[in-house]
Amino acid sequence: MHELSIAASIVEAVTESASAYPGARVKVVRLRVGALASVVEDSLQFCWELATEGSPLAGAALVIDKLPVIVHCDACGVDAEIEGVQSFRCSRCGKPAADLRQGRELEIEAIEIEEPEPKESAIAAANPVEERI
Amino acid sequence: MTTRIVELRQGILKKNDELAAGLRNRFISARVLVLNLVSSPGTGKTALLELTLRELRTRGARAAALVGDLETDNDARRLAASGAPVRQINTHGICHLDAEMVSKHLESWEGVSLAELDYLFIENVGNLVCPSSYDLGERIRVALLSVTEGEDKPLKYPGLFNSADAAVMTKIDLAVPCSFDRELALKNINEIRPGIRIFETSAKTGAGMDAWLEYLADQAQHS
Repeated sequence: MHELSIAASIVEAVTESASAYPGARVKVVRLRVGALASVVEDSLQFCWELATEGSPLAGAALVIDKLPVIVHCDACGVDAEIEGVQSFRCSRCGKPAADLRQGRELEIEAIEIEEPEPKESAIAAANPVEERI
Repeated sequence: MTTRIVELRQGILKKNDELAAGLRNRFISARVLVLNLVSSPGTGKTALLELTLRELRTRGARAAALVGDLETDNDARRLAASGAPVRQINTHGICHLDAEMVSKHLESWEGVSLAELDYLFIENVGNLVCPSSYDLGERIRVALLSVTEGEDKPLKYPGLFNSADAAVMTKIDLAVPCSFDRELALKNINEIRPGIRIFETSAKTGAGMDAWLEYLADQAQHS
């Protein structure tokens, strides 16, 4: 239900980061979303289209890497992935494990941008000494 | 054209998280215990809060409440009868409270200063999904479930129950007519959030309120 607010937050953050690369076009936005993040992928994809429509991000793909829940088991002293999100127990010893190490992520991992080729004059300006040699 | 990958590694809700961190610092320096109450609509957040505010006032504690709803100030009016300062936040369609809404309503809350409070309760919008992603700067997140909702609510909404620091089972006076399986409900909560502190209350009979109020007083001492 809050996927539209999340999509709007992604648009805001990506637009800000992409502004450091003038003339570049954002092709892909890659997210890391934990199993406990309460985000529905289909709904987020739908809202992403709505939120980017008519903006410089229109057409950019949203790629979602889903992360399983990982808990730390005190008894075994290890981090273990749990199956699903219905039982927070160590998959090795079966004891309850409350110490969450992964699963709530809601992050923008990276963006893939396409930049225009630098012009030769720009290369010359950027490397004046090399050009003279 | 050349393609470049730019690593960002930033939280999508970074702005909310930063605002919430600021609020948390303010709450700590004002030594006010802040609780965020989350549940489905109709679980009894307002009823528990009505009784809690009244009892706290009787015991000489200074408590206030911010209450979130999509529309109407019905809950704020109900809670204000306790005599505690209460302010309604209307989200107009948004399904959760966020740190900015809390911050704005605190700033413009005439006659209420954090430094003069022992407790601030934030009653979230009734919703078991969205509020779990939005930190409000609270110290304790309380998830409520009523006996009329069924024992498997925690399994259906693990994201929210796993993010809670305490749980309250409400309307226990209705457990028998609802054939509520208490043991199963306790087990389900513990599967999702092992070791969580669980209270069982009835706002109608007052059952379980002593343990709940004792917990609040104990937590406030550490604020």
